Amino acid sequence: MSLLKYESQQREPLVDGDKNYHQITEDIIGPIEAKPTRLWYIGFWISVALLIFGGYSVYREVTYGIGQWNLNKTIGWGWDITNFVWWVGIGHAGTLISAILLLFRQGWRTGVNRAAEAMTIFAVMCAGQFPIWHMGRVWMAFFVMPYPNTRGPLWVNFNSPLLWDVFAISTYFTVSLLFWYSGLLPDFATVRDRAKTKFRKMMYGVAAFGWTGSTKHWQRHESLSLVLAGLSTPLVLSVHTIVSFDFATSVIPGWHTTIFPPYFVAGAIFSGFAMVQTLLIVVRKVMNLQDYITMGHIEAMNKVIVLTGSIVGCAYLTELFIAWYGQNTYEGWAFFENRANIMSPYGWSYWLMMFCNVVSPQLFWSRKLRRNITVTFFMSIIVNIGMWYERFVIIVTSVYRDFLPSSWSTYYSPSIWEIGFYLGTFGLFFTCFFLFAKYFPVIAVAEIKSILKTSGENYKAKMTDIEKSDAEKFYVEKVEHAH
Amino acid sequence: MAGGIKKFVVGSFDDEAILFPAVKNVRKAGYKIYDVYTPFPVHGLDHALGIRETSLHTAGFIYAITGTTTALGFMSWIFTKDWPLNIGGKPHFALPAWIPITFELTVLFSAVGMVLTFCYLCNLAPFVKKHHFHPRATDDLFVMAIECSDKTDDAAVQSFLQNAGAKEINVQVAETGWWIGRYDKEQKLYRDEKGY
Repeated sequence: MSLLKYESQQREPLVDGDKNYHQITEDIIGPIEAKPTRLWYIGFWISVALLIFGGYSVYREVTYGIGQWNLNKTIGWGWDITNFVWWVGIGHAGTLISAILLLFRQGWRTGVNRAAEAMTIFAVMCAGQFPIWHMGRVWMAFFVMPYPNTRGPLWVNFNSPLLWDVFAISTYFTVSLLFWYSGLLPDFATVRDRAKTKFRKMMYGVAAFGWTGSTKHWQRHESLSLVLAGLSTPLVLSVHTIVSFDFATSVIPGWHTTIFPPYFVAGAIFSGFAMVQTLLIVVRKVMNLQDYITMGHIEAMNKVIVLTGSIVGCAYLTELFIAWYGQNTYEGWAFFENRANIMSPYGWSYWLMMFCNVVSPQLFWSRKLRRNITVTFFMSIIVNIGMWYERFVIIVTSVYRDFLPSSWSTYYSPSIWEIGFYLGTFGLFFTCFFLFAKYFPVIAVAEIKSILKTSGENYKAKMTDIEKSDAEKFYVEKVEHAH
Repeated sequence: MAGGIKKFVVGSFDDEAILFPAVKNVRKAGYKIYDVYTPFPVHGLDHALGIRETSLHTAGFIYAITGTTTALGFMSWIFTKDWPLNIGGKPHFALPAWIPITFELTVLFSAVGMVLTFCYLCNLAPFVKKHHFHPRATDDLFVMAIECSDKTDDAAVQSFLQNAGAKEINVQVAETGWWIGRYDKEQKLYRDEKGY
């Protein structure tokens, strides 16, 4: 068996520049060992300030009740649940990248999976805040747990989608965290073994769990990653499906649609990838990781964005068609009057959503725009604004006009504490992300090393000669046939 | 736990393409490879070393079906026996409505169980410390440790590794297994007691 690995020149290199194993370690672990930059401190403290403001907003809500938010009689779910669904959606890209792309053997995943998984975990943490604090009497939150109690025992309702949510999101968070951390062990060991200071040696020593890199351990590690990927694949699809059940199993016109699960999942992946782009475009520049998160990576993610964006657009149009075709008065009203009529109180939000999610991503059919950093960055923000509005449209425009016109509440605008809570989750998210970017290997070092000799630019260059001479013959005789 | 002290001849390779034939030759020559430490998973190395396939995925499957039966059993018992609730006159045994939770618990049990089993089998936990044959085994070197018995001729093994293409070769007397410790502190173990 020859160990020479061959990959077609048609494929873009995944690691640019003249790299060897040690250089990869230097490039990725180096920033951890350096002092944080001024920019890092500024970003970090802004995030902490937002987090504190969010904490105060939550304090007001807990002390004075949900009345601190401008929710009203028909709009019982407003910004809070909009934000919840938005954050959970963002939390879908990480596991999709690390699990589904692992199963599909997509090599480009190695450059972005670590940061995307971190983003997933932080986003799910933010998402979890909203239903918890929305309970009002948050000290009763443990009632959602099925445990033998002195009230009967009165159990939770296992037939309720809201309870499914509890299980789905806590499982998703736990499994994502385990997946992420098991992948981090070998990289923490790398940091530990080259640490110069005692403190760093101790901290990363604890974090690495005593990892040595033994062949048997790697074998088990590979098996673990593969099975966790297999488990996470249906899991990631199930989470947003179950979130969509919160709406779809109700009888509210505008929510009561069977298209919701696939439409929500596509939307989640769409917004998740947009958030990954927003973060990684900044990270690769600031931390000088352009060789690992290449234009090819950005283009690959933009392809996912244009695909899922088009699926979402298709779902919007299907909904409209069915609302007309079904000839249900209430459903028709919800779609054509409350949403699509631009003159109605919330018509603007529907068309903003349509523009951001359906029209703008179509630009990515152009290869030139897919490979343009500035366009990608702005697009990623537009997509996330659009996806926030999607949830806002679904929630608010379906409930602000009740069956009883006397209880219509035609204008709902959030209070400062409602907005503060949302900003607070941004604070939480970015505080975590800044800490992650400083103290964690933002790229999976071991995984990059394992693809270097097939997909590194310098190694690929050597394959040109092979290709010219007689690739077919070489391939049959010499190349290791990876399983 | 710490497994006692042994003597090793350690050879470090900087290329997996040299490591593979070396592993083959060392084994053919009858030396006992204790372990090979690599910075990333080298595919096929486990086979080259003659390590059997892991059964971790089987454990994962067992945990998964435990999760499935726990969820289904628990919900059926609660809603049909312990406290049947009348929810809109619908059946107490509402299997379709239980599928989401059943699925989630299947995944949860399997994932948590597998990770714990993985840590248990590989002796991984916070504050666990092990002997590291070379600090660059997690960076860019492939480190082969050959276990020596009383009869082994160290010099012969060393020259054998030299011919096999090892870059750095040395003899180490080391603690095997694991112990509780911190990486910023040197440990006094059996090595000192036995006077090596």
